[in-house]
Amino acid sequence: MQKYKTYLAGYAFLLPWLIGFLALTLGPIIASMYLSFTQYDLLTAPKWVGLDNYKTMFNDDFRLEDSVKVTFKYVLLSVPLKLAFALLLAIMLNQGLRMLHFYRTIYYIPSLLGGSVAISVLWKQVFDQEGIFNRMLAIFGIEGPAWISNPHYSIYSLIGLSIWQFGSVMIIFLAGLKQIPQELYEAATVDGAGIMRKFARITMPLLTPVIFFNLTITLIQSFQTFTKAFVISGGTGGPINSTLLYSLYLYMKGFTFMEMGYASAMAWLLLAIIAVFTGVLFLTSRFWVFYSDGGK
Amino acid sequence: MTLMRKIKPYALHLIIMGVGILMLYPVLWMISSSFKPTNQIFTQSGLWPSSFTFEHYHDGWFGLRNVEFGRFFLNSFLLCLVAVLGTVVSSSMAAFAFARIEFPLRKLWFALMLGTFMLPGHVTLIPQYTIFHEIGWVDTFLPLTVPKFFADAFYVFLMVQFIRGIPKELDESASIDGCGWFTLYFKIILPLATPALMTAAIFTFMATWDDFFGQLIYLSDIKKFTVPLGLRLFLDSTGNSNWGAVFAMSVLSVVPSLIVYFMGQKYFTEGIATTGLKG
Repeated sequence: MQKYKTYLAGYAFLLPWLIGFLALTLGPIIASMYLSFTQYDLLTAPKWVGLDNYKTMFNDDFRLEDSVKVTFKYVLLSVPLKLAFALLLAIMLNQGLRMLHFYRTIYYIPSLLGGSVAISVLWKQVFDQEGIFNRMLAIFGIEGPAWISNPHYSIYSLIGLSIWQFGSVMIIFLAGLKQIPQELYEAATVDGAGIMRKFARITMPLLTPVIFFNLTITLIQSFQTFTKAFVISGGTGGPINSTLLYSLYLYMKGFTFMEMGYASAMAWLLLAIIAVFTGVLFLTSRFWVFYSDGGK
Repeated sequence: MTLMRKIKPYALHLIIMGVGILMLYPVLWMISSSFKPTNQIFTQSGLWPSSFTFEHYHDGWFGLRNVEFGRFFLNSFLLCLVAVLGTVVSSSMAAFAFARIEFPLRKLWFALMLGTFMLPGHVTLIPQYTIFHEIGWVDTFLPLTVPKFFADAFYVFLMVQFIRGIPKELDESASIDGCGWFTLYFKIILPLATPALMTAAIFTFMATWDDFFGQLIYLSDIKKFTVPLGLRLFLDSTGNSNWGAVFAMSVLSVVPSLIVYFMGQKYFTEGIATTGLKG
């Protein structure tokens, strides 16, 4: 009797999550799979079209092709650079400096604000042809291009904005660096190891789990970037699809053109792309991620 | 060598300070521009305005026809408040169940919950929208608030980790004293889990405040607009004609995030370090 009361209590506390899981996650996942094989505009019932959406995606949708290319470029450039900056600054901040707290705050502020519309608005102005960034370049005699309105450069303003927000990744690196036992460095110093050697033989190997974690999280988040691209391009992904990140195109398909079946199919392609990237990371991790406890 | 030793900390401070200022320069420039007369915004690159004006704040606040910015702030605050409440209550309940109560299929549910962790929202987006459309909730706050009462996997996980660290002897002595599950949850576990609850509350506030995408697809009546939507509308309608006012409203729009951040900084840094959330 007591046992069943406990079971009941368990499910009572779990109930909110359970309902949400079934109605807002599991159900919609199945429905989304179904919708991806249909033509659906929200107002009329979904019409089964088999693999048509997927065929269109892979063969006829040149805009999607642009969008995938732009997204890959964005992810593959911004993620490594963001991590590199974050690691570099974290190592500098970990030298036992005073005012660590203050610096950490300063570096975190871009991450804190970066997702807001306000910062995207600001970015649009800073990287305008006449913006302050080009005016700074002008001090060094460099004539900067129109970072936002020139299709060759517009994606770089988005990448720059993403890298600028390295603060949250940096904080995770800092926490990881603090976990490395100081004795290791002391022993290495006694053995006559220099800075570079200590970095390559102690810091990097012991930090690989944190690098792996940051890489995975940042990668997944980057593939889903929306607000920056939407605000900076004025909701168009232009000029000439140059800032048409995947999420933005999916939004346009689903909510501007009301092709919700197609948008569902696009969501599954995105999931597949993310799964491949994270899958590769996980599979290769045993070759480069070092767990000091021998892995668990 | 000893000279190098002495210089090194200063050099480091200098670099870190320099890079930090460079990074914050755009934000500082925006703040300063919001106080500069229009004709000085793009002609003076110095940060300190040579003459102050509050005109942009007035122009921005009343810059849209039929609706003031105050309305957007009110809507955003309302959304955040309900979202925080819903998330903290429902997530802590689920976390309590996972961490403290033995019941059938617990491991399965927990594994399924972890499985939804990394799932991109895009996959559930269209069906969710369809559901809310069918029950007539589109263009109300309900799609943005009600789901928060069904717990968020990330915060459940965070709280489970935290609650597991609370000594189990407390549960036992409480049950000897005749406490039921609810009393244990409410009177013992919740107060002790405050840091985890605070972390979840702060992150939920930030995420809701900046949830441009969700608000964009669900809200269309300007009276229901939130700060991000209002700002974007203002940018589109005012655009290049009045950057001062756009900057002024942009500055105001990030103030709540900054305040919450500085108030809850302790929880914030810990939260990021343990979960890798945000940014």
